[in-house]
Amino acid sequence: MSSIGTGYDLSASTFSPDGRVFQVEYAMKAVENSSTAIGIRCKDGVVFGVEKLILSKLYEQGSNKRIFNVDRHVGMAVAGLLADARSLSEVAREEASNFRSNYGHNIPLKYLSERVAMYVHAYTLYSAVRPFGCSFILGSYDQDDGPQLYMVDPSGISFGYWGCAIGKAKQAAKTEIEKLQMKDMTCRELVKEVAKIIYIVHDEVKDKAFELELSWVGEVTNGKHELVPKDIRVEAEKYAKVCTTTTSLLHGISVTWVQNNSTFKMGKKKQTLNISLLSMVK
Amino acid sequence: MAAATAMRFGQLSSGSDMAPDWTTKEVSTGTTIMAVEYDGGVVIGADSRTTTGAYIANRVTDKLTPIHDRIFCCRSGSAADTQAIADVVTYQLGFHSIELDEAPLVQTAANLFKASCYRYREELMAGIIVAGWDKRRGGQVYTVPVGGMLVRQPVSVGGSGSTYIYGYMDSNYKPNMTKDQCLRLVSGALSLAMERDGSSGGVVRLAAISETGVDRQVILGNQLPKWSTIYLTIYPTVCLKDWRSTLLSKGLEIYPTVCLKDWRYTLLSV
Repeated sequence: MSSIGTGYDLSASTFSPDGRVFQVEYAMKAVENSSTAIGIRCKDGVVFGVEKLILSKLYEQGSNKRIFNVDRHVGMAVAGLLADARSLSEVAREEASNFRSNYGHNIPLKYLSERVAMYVHAYTLYSAVRPFGCSFILGSYDQDDGPQLYMVDPSGISFGYWGCAIGKAKQAAKTEIEKLQMKDMTCRELVKEVAKIIYIVHDEVKDKAFELELSWVGEVTNGKHELVPKDIRVEAEKYAKVCTTTTSLLHGISVTWVQNNSTFKMGKKKQTLNISLLSMVK
Repeated sequence: MAAATAMRFGQLSSGSDMAPDWTTKEVSTGTTIMAVEYDGGVVIGADSRTTTGAYIANRVTDKLTPIHDRIFCCRSGSAADTQAIADVVTYQLGFHSIELDEAPLVQTAANLFKASCYRYREELMAGIIVAGWDKRRGGQVYTVPVGGMLVRQPVSVGGSGSTYIYGYMDSNYKPNMTKDQCLRLVSGALSLAMERDGSSGGVVRLAAISETGVDRQVILGNQLPKWSTIYLTIYPTVCLKDWRSTLLSKGLEIYPTVCLKDWRYTLLSV
């Protein structure tokens, strides 16, 4: 994955001989150094979860937020250089506000993400500036369009998603997200699953302390993007902690089963064990 | 004409009665315009007279201007101002619709009209009714009178002739009317206003906008609904047996409380 672009990677205004803009790729690497953020769209809303690593015990709780409010009905979760992300959230806020002022209604998320992506892209064209070193996920809920989820990356493209992940553990998070049937879930169920995924992908060894930032927007909040209330967040974290310890326990148990009974079908038993343990826990 | 040319070498004062009025007056669509919402769309209507003072510059004007596929505006006030604003809004809305990649909302069009009318309120003289259909909120009518206010109304009248039909509108508009009832209401109201307002006249132009499209009609002068009492005569040859069908064919409605004995007096007062 790592390749040296000697000589062709000094400015964003230069292509390499094999057609890559290295500065933009380096910007994406900056995103991959940051901790994970995920966003999932369900049938009546969107939920964001961010694994906010705490670098010092002296930080006030809740500082350095990584989820922003862009408009009443739009939220943004970021990964990468936080300063770049903050300035982009201002850009997004202005776009949404100008749209409402000119046209008299809420900005559709597809349009907002295209406008902000266009802005990000502009910074990949010139040597005088560097590309933005952050990716972000935009989510909104609207009476007419329903829940929407879009992701913008440093190259300046945006796609719509049902679920996406950015940051260092994005591959693992994506695998977990793919297991969910998000189209049939409600926000309340999804909050617990999002918390669970963040806890699963969090690396206990390399990064010790982290704070889970959860936010949602949907029918449950009447179309307003806000942080998940404390009691629901605490319940979701409890569920997440139980699930992660259970999975590690189960992993241990199933491994010993296989060692003892080589003809034993591991997959099936693991499933039934899973169900019975989880039902006890719930 | 000769008098006017002679005047050019003299002084052309506005108080002079040698030069016709219309050499010094602005072209105005002193008008009657109207729009009504129904379930599934809107019906809009306008008269067709454009005046320069007392001279009718155009007696077959089209004051119902398309802004987008399912959004129209009814123009009243200065002809030049309203045409210019409509052109600007058509451009802005078209651009916005392409960017959004979907049909624009009527509310958006109305807000664009308001933005121009309010910003340049000192220079403009424009009273506009924006009406159309979009898939979010169905048929909608927004009125942007002189000054640049914006308000949504189920039924709205505008222009110089509108003052004569507020009573008619208030007493005859009912919520949840059908499209045909709306068409009759609009054509009736407009013909009443055109009867009384000197700056309104000509033909009645109607348009019904719904999801399926725009259906335009013209009602010519001799086909307009008739309201004057001169037209209401009692023919002695009317057979008493068929009095109900006679009344209905004249477009009058029958109320069951009519006492048969006093049918002549009832007809006169209806």
